[in-house]
Amino acid sequence: MTALLPRRGLAQILALIVILAVDRVVSPQFFDLRLQDGRLFGSLIDVLNRGTPVALLSLGMVLVIATRGIDLSVGAVMAISGAIAASLADSHGLAVVLAAALGAGLLCGLWNGFLVSVLGMQPIVATLILMVAGRGIAQLITEGRIVTFTSPDLVWLGNGAVLGLPVPVAIALGMLILTGAVVRGSALGLLIEATGGNARASELAGVGTRAMILAVYVWCGVCAALAGVIAAADIMGADANNAGLWLELDAILAVVIGGTSLFGGRFSLILAVLGALIIQTMNTGILLSGYPPEFNLLVKAVVVLAVLLLQSPKLPGLAGIAARLRRAKA
Amino acid sequence: MILKALFAATATGALLLALPASAAQLTIGFSQIGSESGWRAAETSVSKQEAAKRQVNLKIADAQQKQENQIKAIRSFIAQNVDAIFLAPVVSTGWDAVLKEAKEAKIPVVLLDRDIDPSGKELYLTAVTSDSVHEGEVAGDWLAKTVGDKACNIVELQGTVGASVATNRKKGFDTAIAKHPNLKMVRSQTGDFTRAKGKEVMESFIKAEGGGKSICAVYAHNDDMMVGAIQAMKEAGLKPGKDILTVSIDAVPDIFKAMVAGEANATVELTPNMAGPALDAVAAFKGKGAVPPKWIQTDSKLYTAADDPQKIYDSKKGLGY
Repeated sequence: MTALLPRRGLAQILALIVILAVDRVVSPQFFDLRLQDGRLFGSLIDVLNRGTPVALLSLGMVLVIATRGIDLSVGAVMAISGAIAASLADSHGLAVVLAAALGAGLLCGLWNGFLVSVLGMQPIVATLILMVAGRGIAQLITEGRIVTFTSPDLVWLGNGAVLGLPVPVAIALGMLILTGAVVRGSALGLLIEATGGNARASELAGVGTRAMILAVYVWCGVCAALAGVIAAADIMGADANNAGLWLELDAILAVVIGGTSLFGGRFSLILAVLGALIIQTMNTGILLSGYPPEFNLLVKAVVVLAVLLLQSPKLPGLAGIAARLRRAKA
Repeated sequence: MILKALFAATATGALLLALPASAAQLTIGFSQIGSESGWRAAETSVSKQEAAKRQVNLKIADAQQKQENQIKAIRSFIAQNVDAIFLAPVVSTGWDAVLKEAKEAKIPVVLLDRDIDPSGKELYLTAVTSDSVHEGEVAGDWLAKTVGDKACNIVELQGTVGASVATNRKKGFDTAIAKHPNLKMVRSQTGDFTRAKGKEVMESFIKAEGGGKSICAVYAHNDDMMVGAIQAMKEAGLKPGKDILTVSIDAVPDIFKAMVAGEANATVELTPNMAGPALDAVAAFKGKGAVPPKWIQTDSKLYTAADDPQKIYDSKKGLGY
C-alpha cells in the first residue's frame, strides 16, 4: 500500500477535501445518499460514476507518461470502441461485444506503440495521427449517426449496480487494483519508471525499453476502449462525433494533478485516479452551483491552477522570498 | 463515411461531365457542407427526394466541411452552366468573390440552412433558413399552454455556450415564458448538444432540486440532450413525460421513440426540407421571373404525442439522422 500511496499524495488529498467542502457549501445536499432501484443515489455517486471514463483513461495515460510518452488518441479510441460495442450489442452476446471493443483498443494501442517504440516517432505526433483518424474510423462504423441499442447486458454495464455501487465505478476500481497489482506487484513499474527516467541508460542496463513502451501504449488503448464501452453503455448509444471528445486532455490533466511529471519517471496510479476524481468533483460542483454556464471553464481553470500551485515545489521558496522582502522593508 | 463521401464526390464529378443540361428539365448544383450530423445527412436525403418529386436534376457536391471545396464546387457548377446553385455555407464569410462570378454568369444562388455575412446580400437570390428564435418561442408557448395557470419550475439544457443556435433558442423561449409569471426558469446549464452531457447535467439538476420533486418541466435546446435527460430522470425514479414535462427542438427520430413510450411530450421541428422551398422559389423565378423575398423562413412545426409519433418515427428513421 505504501508503494501505491506515497507521502507526496498529501497535496492531492487536501485539494479533494477542499473541493468537496466547497461543493457542500454551494449544494447543501451534496453528501446525501439514498437507495434508488438497488443503486446508491446522490451527488457523491455522480462524482464517482461520471469520473469513471477519465479515471480509466488516466490509468493507461499515467503509465504512458511515466515512459516520457503521451497518448493523444485515447478520446478517439473511446469513440471507436463505443461504436463497435453499440453496433454489435443487439446481435451478439456481451462476451463478443467486449472482446471486439477491447480488441480494437488493443490494436489501436499496438499501432501507437509500434510508431513510438519501433519507428521511434515522437509520441505527441505518433498519437496525433490516431487522434484525428480514429474519430473518422468511428464515424465510418456508425455512418455518422448515433447508433442506439437495447441489449440489457450492455446497458447493465453502464447503468447497473454491484452492491449498490454503479457498475462503471466497480469496473474502474477493479482496473485500478489489477493495474496496481501488475505494475507494483512485480518489477514492471520500476522498469517503466527507469525507461522514462533515462531510456538510454536503462537500455544499456538491460531493460527492454522497446517492449516496455509498446506495453504501456497497448494498456492505454485497452483502458481507453473500456472507457468507451462504458460511455456508450451509459447513454445506450454510440455518438462517434462526441464520445470521448477532448477527454485525452482531462486524462493528461488528471495524471499531472496526480503529481506525475510529463518528463517521465516516477508515477502513481492511485494519485492519477485521485486527479480524475478531483476534476470530476469540481465539474459536478459547477453543475450543482447553478452559476451561468459561461463561468464553467473559468472556474475550472482557476481551480486547476490552484491545485497545481499547491504542488509546486517552488511555492514554499516563493513564500520565503516574500517574507524576506517584507522583513527587509520593515 | 469518408469513403462514401469520396465516392459520392467522384460520382458527382462523373455526372457533371456525362449529363448535358436539357432545356425542359432544371439542373441545379447543390454544394452541401458534408455530413457532420444526422440532421445534415437527413437534409441531403430529403433534398434528393424533393428534387426527384419535381423532376429536377440535382447535383450534390459534398464539401467535407471545407470552404475551399465549396468554392471549387460552385466554380464547377458555373462552368457547367447550371440553372441555379444551392449553397449550404460552412462559414458566413469569404463568399463574395465566388458569388460575384455566379452573378456575372447569371446563375441565381440560393442559401440553404445558414445565412452568410450581410455584405453579400445582393449576391444571392434568397436564403431558406429556420428562425431559431422562433423555434424557442414555439417551445415556450407550448409549455405555457400545457401548464396553464399552475406554477411551474423549468430547468433548461442549453446548447454549446456561444453557439448562435443556443443563444437564439434560449432567447425565444425566455421571451415566450416571460409573458407567464407562473413559469419560472430555476436552473440553466449547458449540455453541449450531446446525450452524455445532457444526462450528466440533468442528474445534477435532479439532485439540486430536491430529487427532482420541484421540477415541473425540462426544456432542451436539442433532442439529443433530452434523450440523455430522460434517462437521468428514469434512473432517479422519476417519470419523464408525466412527473416532468419535456419539450425540446429538432425532431430527430429518437425523440419520437421516447414519445411513443410516453417519456417525452413535445418537440419543435427543425425541418431537413430546406431544398423544397428553395426549388419552388427557383422554379417561380425561372418560369415567371418572380423574385422571392430575401429570406424564406421554414416552418417550425410542433409535434406532440397526439401526432402519431410512431408513424413519424418510421418516416424519419430512413433519412440518415
